[in-house]
Amino acid sequence: MSSLQSLDVKQRSATTSPSPSIRSTVEVAKLIDISKCIGCKACQVACGEWNDIRDVVGHNVGLYDNPPDLSANTWTVMRFTERETEGGKLEWLIRKDGCMHCADPGCLKACPSPGAIVQYANGIVDFIEEHCIGCGSCITGCPFNIPRISKKDNKAYKCTLCSDRVSVGMEPACVKTCPTGAITFGSKQDMIEHAAERVQDLKERGYQNAGLYDPKGVGGTHVMYVLQHADAPQIYHGLPRDPHISPLVNLWKGALKPIALLAMGAAVLTGFFHYVKVGPNDADADEGEGARSKKVGSELGQEER
Amino acid sequence: MSVDPSAPIQRYSDSERMNHWMVAILFVLVALSGLSLFHPALFWLSNFFGGGPWTRILHPFLGVAAVAAFVVEMVRFWSDNRLEERDRQWLRQWRDVLANREDKLPAVGRYNAAQKVLFWAMVVCMLTLFLTGVVFWRPWFADSFPIFLVRLATLVHAVMATILILTVIVHVYAAIWTKGSIRAMMRGTVSARWAMKHHRAWAQEKIKQS
Repeated sequence: MSSLQSLDVKQRSATTSPSPSIRSTVEVAKLIDISKCIGCKACQVACGEWNDIRDVVGHNVGLYDNPPDLSANTWTVMRFTERETEGGKLEWLIRKDGCMHCADPGCLKACPSPGAIVQYANGIVDFIEEHCIGCGSCITGCPFNIPRISKKDNKAYKCTLCSDRVSVGMEPACVKTCPTGAITFGSKQDMIEHAAERVQDLKERGYQNAGLYDPKGVGGTHVMYVLQHADAPQIYHGLPRDPHISPLVNLWKGALKPIALLAMGAAVLTGFFHYVKVGPNDADADEGEGARSKKVGSELGQEER
Repeated sequence: MSVDPSAPIQRYSDSERMNHWMVAILFVLVALSGLSLFHPALFWLSNFFGGGPWTRILHPFLGVAAVAAFVVEMVRFWSDNRLEERDRQWLRQWRDVLANREDKLPAVGRYNAAQKVLFWAMVVCMLTLFLTGVVFWRPWFADSFPIFLVRLATLVHAVMATILILTVIVHVYAAIWTKGSIRAMMRGTVSARWAMKHHRAWAQEKIKQS
């Protein structure tokens, strides 16, 4: 993708100064209601159609998941989980996996290339592949295991939340195509309110633990789920219960950066001032104040000059 | 025993010197490319390597080459860097070291205690950098390791690189400070006076041999 107008950029990777921020826009969100999803994969097809990307035809790996994982060419994939409820009934959980568009994106924090990852004012996190250097730090930083590096061009790819469509007032392709209305799109506030209605409905129908998945550990997300079992998100193919940027990544991209550079600068300065104060340690020019080579001279059987 | 104080003493053989400068050149390249990916303020350094993607491609190969050259150097200098009892006393008198009062220090062999400590710091850093670097080397190896290990390796790699760069700053400054050291590593020889002042035990050994 190429970046939207620079006025709409909120955060930029590997950039320590603020981005243009006089204009504010409404935060958007995609709401995925898992209780309404029938696993038809129309969203997967629409995603490939709109973005004009095709994955290679793979093999059936014994699951409905097809392809079995996200890739540089597959930005969303349906994750199917079969589980037995307490009543001994089959429950089929189908989660549309893809980028969550975190408010505090680990990929952006970890990326070393200025402007290769941007977060727009509307909340969408986008990879700008022309600036991508292919190091994979976004993968290291992501708490949801989303970015994939293409084997063809060594660039990282993931769901753009159809930033190109959203910027001209359209909904993402997956939302447009969903036949059951399981995926909705709008302002984040509207989506939270819509989710509350859905959660209420689910609770009335016996799902006491229904709830909205908008994890605070990453500052909230711009892709949210309505879960029938919000108390146990991990049953939805390992959706993390409390996602957050790893403390290892925070240390690496946080405190260590300024401390390391300061230490290096301080070491060079210390050396310089040591030289200014003490001067060279010069055995072969033993005149002047710095010379203390009497002993050396005598040991060599020489009188000092 | 009477020796001309200006007489040259061989300190480094031709191959030792070439080995050292090979490591030094590779270290500078790998450090600059690494720093460019470490801090946004230094990303411009990637221009020296042909831009971001080329820096990402070259850095690990330069690193492997640097480690390979370093391992050869490490084997050469290993036995001269064993820490001994007298090194403890030398380190205790660090104030005399910094104030150029070398005559007050115990006799030093081929390397003084600070050089030895630096040597072992470099050994530990270089080997750790190699091992951790492999873990997140893309596109080759990173996918074979669990994400927790990739994150840990990345952090440890950055910490060890910082320590290594600091040790090299100390090393380079010591060479600028102690006149004659750069000639020793460039041309291979030092004067007898230099040897007696900085490495008395080693000098006496050398003079005895000759």
